[in-house]
Amino acid sequence: MLRERVKSFLRGTRSPEDANSLGNGGTVPHVPSRQARTQAVETRQSRGLEQFFNCFRDQIGLSILDLGGAYQENVNFITNLGHKFHSEDFARIFHETFGQDIADQANPGRIDYFLRQSLDYEAEQFDGVLAWDALEYMEPPLLAATVDRLLHILKPHGYLMAIFHPADRKTRVPCYTFRIQGPRSLQVTQTGERPPSQQVFNNRGVEKIFQNFESIRSFLSRDSMREIIVRKRSA
Amino acid sequence: MSVWNKQRREEEPSGPLNTTVKPAQPALPVEVRKEAPTLSSMSNTPVGRMEPDTSRGGAATIGKAVKIAGQIYSREDLYVDGDVEGTIELIEHKLTVGPNGKVHAGVKAREVVALGTIQGNVEASDRIEIRKDAKLVGDIKTARIIIEDGAYFKGSIDIVKVEPKAAASQPRPQTASAPAPAPSPVGVAVPAGAPDTKR
Repeated sequence: MLRERVKSFLRGTRSPEDANSLGNGGTVPHVPSRQARTQAVETRQSRGLEQFFNCFRDQIGLSILDLGGAYQENVNFITNLGHKFHSEDFARIFHETFGQDIADQANPGRIDYFLRQSLDYEAEQFDGVLAWDALEYMEPPLLAATVDRLLHILKPHGYLMAIFHPADRKTRVPCYTFRIQGPRSLQVTQTGERPPSQQVFNNRGVEKIFQNFESIRSFLSRDSMREIIVRKRSA
Repeated sequence: MSVWNKQRREEEPSGPLNTTVKPAQPALPVEVRKEAPTLSSMSNTPVGRMEPDTSRGGAATIGKAVKIAGQIYSREDLYVDGDVEGTIELIEHKLTVGPNGKVHAGVKAREVVALGTIQGNVEASDRIEIRKDAKLVGDIKTARIIIEDGAYFKGSIDIVKVEPKAAASQPRPQTASAPAPAPSPVGVAVPAGAPDTKR
């Protein structure tokens, strides 16, 4: 086995075990894997992140769900604040379920399967959800169902943070991983590209997506990235 | 004691051989015993015979062709490279799940290192490491956690601060880098009239 792995390495190929090592079976095309070659790393200021954790100021023991997967930095930051960290690798499940098939994102059966795989939690379980940019690659039917589910698993007065790239993109858009470096600092690493959603994420579009939430706060960065924090209504 | 350890003991040569190998240092076996990495039964074995096992620190091993269903309770370190279903309990010892290991079990140990797959809740009183390419699905309760890039984790992480016994009676100031104390009603500091006190 070791000899085969060394041979594969020298040939520049991956063994089937390697290809499936993280997944639950088959290979997944265009998965923005953390193992993928990184294209760009930058550290940026994030007002949205700062405001998100300000919402939980002076509290400990809260449940925070991170949809970006489990990164050491995020685990450290959230647990050092005294909260319980929950992890979902949302992008991975998304690609395992839908791949590049946009039409499938309107299929109720597939949507239900995806939500059972990724957000199968009890009602009102989380005080906060870090969605990062996971929502902006979804087509409208899947996006609406996902936001409904997120609303369902948030506690009353719970908060959700999401990030949207500029609305005027026409071609494939980069996808990122987000690592918390400090209370208002994020390390953003580009890991691949995905086709843009048909959904428009301008002000009006975002308000419509989160219309069942109580309030929306929006923070626009210099590079036109839009960070939003939404709050769930009271019970 | 593991099967492997038992075989090693049976193969162990008698006393005169030791004196032949090291005639000028009669006290050497005692020193070796002191430097042995664990307190398992291997510590009585001459150091030269431990060579095949050093990479796993003298741990008992479940090989990759072995499948076990049931409860495992061990008083020495354990290396699992096969399939285990049930529960694994290693009081004060370390569990390593090898790259081929598949553990569908609740795990309690001092330290857990995952290189393969664990599906189940894990309690590691000291720390847990989830290495690159490892997969862990379950809830974790531990004092420290290390997650390498490329690892897959789905579940929750609850950091439980372990107070040192000597300093247990003295209150310690909380630092930003230290893990926060486990959530408790006593530790919650919510100012009166704060808007989120309902939570």
